[in-house]
Amino acid sequence: MAGVALENWVEQIRDPKIECMSRDEMSALQSERLVKQVKNVYDHVEFYRKKMDDLGVEPGDIKGIEDISKLPFTTKEDLRDHYPFGLLAVPQEQIVRVQGTSGTTGKLTLASYTQRDVDVWGECVARGLTMAGLTSKDRIHICYGYGLFTGGMGLDYGAHALGAMAIPMSAGNTKRQLMCMEDFGATAFACTPSYAVYLAEAAQEAGIVDRLQIKASINGAEPWTDEMRKKIESILHINTFDIYGLCEITGPGVAMDCIHHKGLHVHEDFFYPEILNPVDQTPCADGETGELVFTTLVKEGMPLLRYRTKDLTSIDHTTCECGRTLPRIQKFTGRTDDMKVIRGVNVFPTQVEAALLSMGGGVAPHYLMIVDRENNLDVLTVMVEVDEKYFSDEIRKLDELKSRVAAVLKQALGVSVRVKLVEPKTIQRSEGKAKRVIDNRVL
Amino acid sequence: MSINNTIQQLSVFLENTEGRLDEVLDILAKNDVNIVALSLADTSDYGMLRMIVSEPQKGRAALKDAGITAMLTDVVALRVPHATGSLSKAMHQIVEGDVNIEYMYAFANGTDAAAVLKSDDPGRVIDILKGSGFDVYSADEAYRANR
Repeated sequence: MAGVALENWVEQIRDPKIECMSRDEMSALQSERLVKQVKNVYDHVEFYRKKMDDLGVEPGDIKGIEDISKLPFTTKEDLRDHYPFGLLAVPQEQIVRVQGTSGTTGKLTLASYTQRDVDVWGECVARGLTMAGLTSKDRIHICYGYGLFTGGMGLDYGAHALGAMAIPMSAGNTKRQLMCMEDFGATAFACTPSYAVYLAEAAQEAGIVDRLQIKASINGAEPWTDEMRKKIESILHINTFDIYGLCEITGPGVAMDCIHHKGLHVHEDFFYPEILNPVDQTPCADGETGELVFTTLVKEGMPLLRYRTKDLTSIDHTTCECGRTLPRIQKFTGRTDDMKVIRGVNVFPTQVEAALLSMGGGVAPHYLMIVDRENNLDVLTVMVEVDEKYFSDEIRKLDELKSRVAAVLKQALGVSVRVKLVEPKTIQRSEGKAKRVIDNRVL
Repeated sequence: MSINNTIQQLSVFLENTEGRLDEVLDILAKNDVNIVALSLADTSDYGMLRMIVSEPQKGRAALKDAGITAMLTDVVALRVPHATGSLSKAMHQIVEGDVNIEYMYAFANGTDAAAVLKSDDPGRVIDILKGSGFDVYSADEAYRANR
């Protein structure tokens, strides 16, 4: 228990030359890298050669980063169509690692890495760990899954690059996680935010919070709210940091927030971010919400041009209070494909979470949204856990709580909601990505 | 601590899932907790199982270990003689005393019956009942009823 208050925080920057580079210098670096990358993919990836030919764009037309909008997009479907190794820009023997994600459709999205790609990945995560105040002296307990999922390996490479001690716990078995955390004197841990809440609650319940040496947690791979952050921080007395990434681009570490929590710093020397209007793909100004699109500027194994992440956010290019000039993307307002249209209203799971947390007690921030269609009308049911402290043997009191939750959700979402109260700790805490929505509609 | 002469009811939140009631009863049986009386209220989403048992604390701990939400509630067990109108008389006194009864259920106990009352002010219910000549069961008597 050693969280640091903002006024006592000493910012450390791993690569000040890059992380605090002026906008002009950064643009020049990005331009140089983009020109090289475009020529590389045109020469080595048939998919991009065809796409560029179809658009009538030649590598020579790309003279700098400002020409990026001339380039074709890449979608997740393109990756699936060329699964597993159809988009490689190097001979397969240069690939040292693959990582992937299971999509909802069952087929994997696979990413291939050269040694250099792995090194860049580790460097990005190490920059992030430094942002979290960690150094080579720290012991980092990693309870992201190790496997095809990038979480475990990504944090591991980052800890390695930093020279810190990695504790490769992987996911699951909460009792053992807490035991090792205490015994090994872990000073930081990394996992999904929902699992971090679960771990924090479990540590509190076991009465071991005072015996832990944790000072920071790095949490990502699913959207979370400020209220969840406050919950983790207040139970464990630590600082928490938000990490973002996707395996198509590299894995966790594409962006991470600093102690000021004013958005996640994108490592734009490696991954060039664009925010585009989700309808017509025109660029959004700073502060405007749109789809996040990445171009990998130095990737060797599977370089991607203008990859559409489907994540909705906005960007801020002003210099951060921490001193970094790396632009900041805001917490995600959702994904273009997580968004549910219920009776014509756009609903994001994060809105439900924020609304539940805003009640300041009564219910836990764990929920499951179920969308059905009855008599041609969409019906949204939200299962919510009753907080143990508010549990009552009087049905009248539980009904009052239920009505209160329904009112808060209706206010937040703009659609009426059926609330179903369930027992504390019965909604599954995911150790990977939390399943928040079940859509039973046949659309 | 419970107020003098109130008894502890074991209240269990039951999700409407298959076998949940069976599971609760099984846990109590395996832990040798005897059920003296019970009432089961149902709503469209969940059920509320309320019980007078031989060892309420032990029952709650056993259920909690199994991840089942259970709590102890202070209630009053009124001794009702087996005579027509005796419950009515008692209720009349409570109404006169301006106390709300949230719910009630009853069980036979030897030559008498017991009416379990939940109110927002159990201490006052006991005062009213005792002051008008009624008797309430002590915790010991209630937990060992019919044994």
